[in-house]
Amino acid sequence: MTAFKPILTRHLGQPGSSTIDYYLLNEGYRGARKAVLEMDGAGVIDLVKASGLQGRGGAGFPTGVKWGFIPKDTRKPVYLINNADESEPGTFKDRLLINHNPHQMIEGMIIASKAIGCHLAFIYIRGEFVKETRLLEAAIEECRSNNILGKGIFGSDFDLDIIVHRGAGAYICGEETGLIESLEGKRGWPRIKPPFPAIEGYLSSPTVVNNVETLANLPHILVHGAKWFHSIGANPESPGPKLYCISGRVKKPGVYEAPMGTHLDDLIENYARGVIDDRLIKAVIPGGSSAPLLTAEEIVGLPMDFPSVKAAGSMLGSAGIIVLDETVDMVQACYNLARFYAHESCGQCTPCREGTTWLTKILERFTAGRGRMEDIDLILDVADNIGGLIDFSKGSFGKTICPFGEAVAWPVRAFVEKFRHEFEAYIATEAVA
Amino acid sequence: MSFKLKPDRARKYKALLKQYPDKRSLALPLLHMAQEQEGFLSGDTIKGVAELLDIAPGLMMETVTFYSMFYLKPRGKYLLQVCQTLSCSLAGADQMVDHVAAKYNLKVGETSADGRFTLVKVECLGSCGTAPVVQINDDYYEKMVGDKIDRVLDKLS
Ligand SMILES: Cc1cc2nc3c(=O)[nH]c(=O)nc-3n(C[C@H](O)[C@H](O)[C@H](O)COP(=O)(O)O)c2cc1C
Ligand code: SF4
Ligand code: FES
Repeated sequence: MTAFKPILTRHLGQPGSSTIDYYLLNEGYRGARKAVLEMDGAGVIDLVKASGLQGRGGAGFPTGVKWGFIPKDTRKPVYLINNADESEPGTFKDRLLINHNPHQMIEGMIIASKAIGCHLAFIYIRGEFVKETRLLEAAIEECRSNNILGKGIFGSDFDLDIIVHRGAGAYICGEETGLIESLEGKRGWPRIKPPFPAIEGYLSSPTVVNNVETLANLPHILVHGAKWFHSIGANPESPGPKLYCISGRVKKPGVYEAPMGTHLDDLIENYARGVIDDRLIKAVIPGGSSAPLLTAEEIVGLPMDFPSVKAAGSMLGSAGIIVLDETVDMVQACYNLARFYAHESCGQCTPCREGTTWLTKILERFTAGRGRMEDIDLILDVADNIGGLIDFSKGSFGKTICPFGEAVAWPVRAFVEKFRHEFEAYIATEAVA
Repeated sequence: MSFKLKPDRARKYKALLKQYPDKRSLALPLLHMAQEQEGFLSGDTIKGVAELLDIAPGLMMETVTFYSMFYLKPRGKYLLQVCQTLSCSLAGADQMVDHVAAKYNLKVGETSADGRFTLVKVECLGSCGTAPVVQINDDYYEKMVGDKIDRVLDKLS
């Protein structure tokens, strides 16, 4: 394999990399220029379909296919929303993309807007990212004064403007329909689907929601072509460069860019430089806290692409890798995540609202040394009641309005099934004491 | 006391009204502005925002209470938001909360007697690679290991 050179983060650490002058000097906006001046929307969609780009927000849905769902004959305005909510625990890549090179992502938004016929796009950014919000507003202002946003961009007849919209602290607003409700000024309660956003999204208009990293890939696809993109990585079904976020008990936590399909143990050992104090790995969460954890044996040689991680019983999700070493208390870790989900449930569906609170209470009892043997199966029961049994071959079961239910149930189930002995040990210790 | 945007914010609001395709969508931006100006969102402020946007105060309240960044009560001058989610917890966030609480003699959720600090625990701040993380007002303080947090806090007046 030839050595991989970073694509999305290639300007990382260069002075001035967030300014438009720097970006334009480094071939910036060539892809957007091409899309706007030389191509029609359908052409851009076909190119992105051929590239094989899959959404980087979590579900891995093919980007070009998603765009294709926007009705061609609609009289309503079409909206693009850039999902910069970045709130899945373990995920911190979009913030880096925004800080080091906001124009790359804005260029991606121009390309996506051209593809779907959007003239007003939004960046929905999590409310805590105040500095990033200002940076994006400044970058957009730079574009407006360079005829890259506004009326007739690049001298064409294509108009586009972008609004940066700050959230206000709510994990569920990362879910695309919760996000749309929030953008409309309401609480972020996910919507029942169908209708899907492509048909009825923001203000009942056709809407595409795409993740920051997904959009950041587009300029490169436009410039270097679908074939080039498709050839990056080990698995042609899931190609491209990927940002892996590695946190937890590793020596060098951080965001690492590597080809799709890079092995999970390779990422931990060679990118993040292994586990602190050279301890053993107990488990790894591969794709943000909603992804069921994998044991030390399960991560060996596991290619980090969408189909491979799914086949291993988890998901690539947002590629938020959290490493748990041999000293981590799995009951505490499980409690920490259950508490997160109880806090973040939007409260709309009874199984999710009640179930997450109940799980947290049971696990809290464990951590206080008051767990009971029958509680272990109770945890599994409650989890199943929220998010159904895990059967990846049958897809989602949907007892709840949005996939948040499964995002709690699956990881909790994995904790208990793979580390049942630790839950039992909590009870045993109590009995002796 | 009725709520009114100060001139520079009122101008910004007018500009936003022109940009957005829909008035109610301005709820979050306007609430942020109101909170920046007033320090927190009182009943009167919320009513004032609702009036500006032509929506019922009850609906506005529903929006306000949904989001963790909107505050119905005054906070200290410095809002210390310690991330407690998994990666930060693994990096020592729990001990840090205890330490800060002891340092200023306050409980999580409380404001110090001199009104300087409010301490809260928050969920993942999207910066897990530099855990543990504390957000103080608008700024992130990352890799707050050992006595680094003390050095940050001692500089705040
Ligand atoms: C509970 C929940 C939280 C989510 N949070 C985020 C998020 O923070 N950022 C994000 O890009 N996508 C998030 N998603 C996925 C979005 O719903 C959506 O699929 C994604 O933004 C689409 O972009 P993509 O096609 O480019 O991946 C979340 C999904 C769920 C169910
Ligand atoms: S599953 Fe949970 S988060 Fe999703 S809509 Fe239902 S209650 Fe809300
Ligand atoms: S867990 Fe603290 S920033 Fe993500």
